[in-house]
Amino acid sequence: MSAGEERNEARYDVPLTVPGPDAEPARRNGHRRAAAAAAEPAMKAAPAAPDEPDTSADEPAPAPRTGAPGDVAPKRTVAKKTVAKKAVARKAVARKAVAEKPTDEPGGGGAGDATPPGPAVADRPGDHWDRKVAKGLAFLRRRLAGDYEVDEFGFDPDLTDAVFHPLVRLLYRDWFRTEVSGVEHVPAEGAGLVVGNHSGTVALDALVLSTALHDRHPARRYLRLLGADLVFRMPVVSEIARKTGGTVACNPDAERLLGNGELVGVFPEGFKGVGKLYSDRYKLQRFGRGGFVSAALRTGTPIVPVAIVGGEEIYPMLADIKPLARLLKLPYFPVTPTFPWLGPLGMVPLPSKWLIEFCPPIPTAHLRDSADDPLVVFNLADQVRETIQQTLHRLLERRPDPFGP
Amino acid sequence: MTPGGTSGAPGVVVVTGVGRYLGAHVAARLAADPRIERVIGVDPATPNPELADLLSGVERVRLDLDSLGGLLVDLDVDAVVHLALVTAPDPQQGGRSAMKEQNVIGTMQLLAACQRAPRLRKLVVRSSTAAYGVSFRDPAVFTEETEPREVPRGGFGRDILDIEGYVRGFRRRRPDVTATVLRFAPFIGSTADTTLTRYFSQPVVPTVFGRDPRLQFVHFDDALEVLHRSVAEEHAGTYNVAGPGVLSLSQAIRRAGRVALPVLEPGLAGVAAIARSMGFGRYGLDQVDLIVHGRVVDTTRLEREYGFTPRSTAAAFDDFIRAHHGGVVVTRDHLATAEQLVLEGIRQVRAAVRERS
Repeated sequence: MSAGEERNEARYDVPLTVPGPDAEPARRNGHRRAAAAAAEPAMKAAPAAPDEPDTSADEPAPAPRTGAPGDVAPKRTVAKKTVAKKAVARKAVARKAVAEKPTDEPGGGGAGDATPPGPAVADRPGDHWDRKVAKGLAFLRRRLAGDYEVDEFGFDPDLTDAVFHPLVRLLYRDWFRTEVSGVEHVPAEGAGLVVGNHSGTVALDALVLSTALHDRHPARRYLRLLGADLVFRMPVVSEIARKTGGTVACNPDAERLLGNGELVGVFPEGFKGVGKLYSDRYKLQRFGRGGFVSAALRTGTPIVPVAIVGGEEIYPMLADIKPLARLLKLPYFPVTPTFPWLGPLGMVPLPSKWLIEFCPPIPTAHLRDSADDPLVVFNLADQVRETIQQTLHRLLERRPDPFGP
Repeated sequence: MTPGGTSGAPGVVVVTGVGRYLGAHVAARLAADPRIERVIGVDPATPNPELADLLSGVERVRLDLDSLGGLLVDLDVDAVVHLALVTAPDPQQGGRSAMKEQNVIGTMQLLAACQRAPRLRKLVVRSSTAAYGVSFRDPAVFTEETEPREVPRGGFGRDILDIEGYVRGFRRRRPDVTATVLRFAPFIGSTADTTLTRYFSQPVVPTVFGRDPRLQFVHFDDALEVLHRSVAEEHAGTYNVAGPGVLSLSQAIRRAGRVALPVLEPGLAGVAAIARSMGFGRYGLDQVDLIVHGRVVDTTRLEREYGFTPRSTAAAFDDFIRAHHGGVVVTRDHLATAEQLVLEGIRQVRAAVRERS
C-alpha cells in the first residue's frame, strides 16, 4: 500500500515539475528556496529531484553539457559515445519498433518497479531530457563548427552561458549560499561601472559577482571584468578570462567598454585586496591611483559600489611566504589552514556564507570635464571606498557566523 | 594635373614592389583608373610570369630603390606608392639580412629620393598592424594612437617600427606631401598566398596551448580598394586597415574545418626556428607572437575618412575557406550528421530502456 501511495505521489510529482519547496525540504538555507522560486524555474531547477529516476537511463546525456570546459575533450566523448551507442541502438531499433506504443504509456516516471499503465502525461520528463540532450548536442556542434560570435575583447557569450555560468552558479548558490540585494541599483541598460572589494586569496569573488549579477539582474547583464595583467600572462587562465568577458585593467579598455555601453566590473584594490591576511579581513586596502574613477568620469558613467561579504573566509590566509612568492613571480604565496598542507584538497574553498549588496549609483555625468582633476578623482574614489566599507560593516552585522546557513 | 595641388587624382604614379603579388595588383588597378595618366612599376627583379599579364598597362622599370631619385624628378612623378616590403625572410633570397636590407634600407632610400622630388605631393606607405608590437599589458583593441609597449621580437615587426619612424621624419621635412601610412591586418582572401593563408591551409594547424588569440584579417580586394583610394583621394595620416569583427584562432580553425594541435609555449620559438631550417613553413617570431597574443585594431578612423568599410574579418575568412576547401578534415555536414546520429542513438536507447522497465 505504501508502494501504491508512493507511486501516486510520483505520478503527481512528475508533471508538476515546478521546483516546489517541498521537493527538497532537507536544504537548510532558507534563501535558496526563495531564490529558486523567484528566478527562472525552467533552467535553474531543472536538475532537481523529480528527474532523478530518469538519470540512470540518460547518464551520458548531461555529460557533454557539463563536462565541456575545454573544447577538445567533449569531442572525444561524443565519438566514443557514438560508437557505443550505435551498437546498442541497433538492438534497440528492433525492439523499439515493437514496443513503441506501450513504452510511451508507462514510461516517464520510470521509477524502476513494475509500472502500471499510467497516464500519458508521465512521458514529459522524457521529453525534457530529450530536449536537454538535443540542446547539448546542438551546442557542441556549434562549438565544433565555429558558429558563434566573439566580440573584439574575445568575449564569447555562447560559451559563457553554457559552461562558465552554470559552473559558477553551483559554487555561489549551493556552496556559498549567496544572498544578493540591491540589484535594482545596477542600470538595466547603458554603461555602468561596478566597483567592489576584493578578497579571498583566489579571486573567486569576481567570478561569483559576475554570475550572480547576470542571474539576478532582470536584464541578465554581463559584467565585463577588468583583470590584472598577471591574469593575461598565464596560459589557460588568460583564455578563460577573455572568453568570459574579461580584459586587461587599463584605461583604454575600460573606456572602450564603457563607451560601448557595457557594464564593467573593477576591483581597485587589486592584489593588495586579494592577498591580504585573514587578520585584515574586510578592511579595504588602498585604491591605487583611482584610474577607474577617471575612466568613469571621461565616459560619464555612473559608479555602482558593491560590497561582497564572504570572500574573505574561503581561503583564510594566515601567512604569506614572500621569498617563495618572489621565486614563483607571484604577488604572494598563501598559507591557509588547508593549503599547502592538504595538497590539492587545500584548493577547495571553505563554505562561507556570502552576502552581496549593490549600493545606489553615484552619478558622474556632471563631472565629465574633471576627469584629469586629481582632487575630484581622489574625492570620488574616497566616496566609493567609504560607501563600500560602511556597507561591509552593515552586512557583517547581518551575518554573525561566517559559516552560518 | 595641377602640380602641388591638393585634390584630384595624381597624374604620374610610381608603385614599388610590382614584382610581388600586392604590388602587381595595385599597379594594375591604378593603371585601369582613367583619372591616372601613367603608372610606373618599379622593381629590381622581373615579375613572376603569372603577374606579367596583369602588368600590361603598367610601364615597368627595373631599378633598385637607391637609384629612384633621378626617375622621380625626370618623370615629374606626383605620387609614390611604397609596397616593396618583405614580410617573412626567404632563405632562397638571402634570409633575414636581405629582408632587412629591402625593408629598412629600401625605405630609407625611397624616402630620400622622395624628399628631393619637388613635384611629389603624395606618398602612400604600406605598413602593418605589427607596428603595435606585442605585450601582455596591451589594451585589447589598438587605435592609431596606441604606442607599442614593447619592441616586437619578430624581424618584420621591428622593420615596421623603423619604417614608420622614417616616414615620421619625412613628414616633418616635407609637410607639403600628403603622407598616408596604412597599417594592414594580415591579408586573406580567395587568391592571396601569404604565410598566414598557408598556415590555415594545413589539415592540422599548430596552436599554442592555453592561448586563443583574437585575430583580424583584411580581405585582399578591400586592401586594394583602400590603396587605390589613398592614391586617388587625399587621406593624410595613419590608418588601421582591417575587417571589422574578430575571430578567435580556435574558431577560425574550426570554421576552416581544420584540426588544432596545441603546442606548449616554452621553447615554441626554438621549435619554429628548427622547423624553418628544415623547410617546414616559414614561421618566425612574428607568427609565433601573433598566435600567442593576437591583434585587434580599431578601424573607425578608416571608415570615417575613407567612407569605406572593408568586409568583416569573418566574411573575409569565409572567402578564404571557400577557395581552400582542399585540406578540410571536418565539415559542417559531418558534424550535423554526427549530431543526428548521436541524438537518434540516445532516443533509441532510452526507448529500449523504457521498454525493458
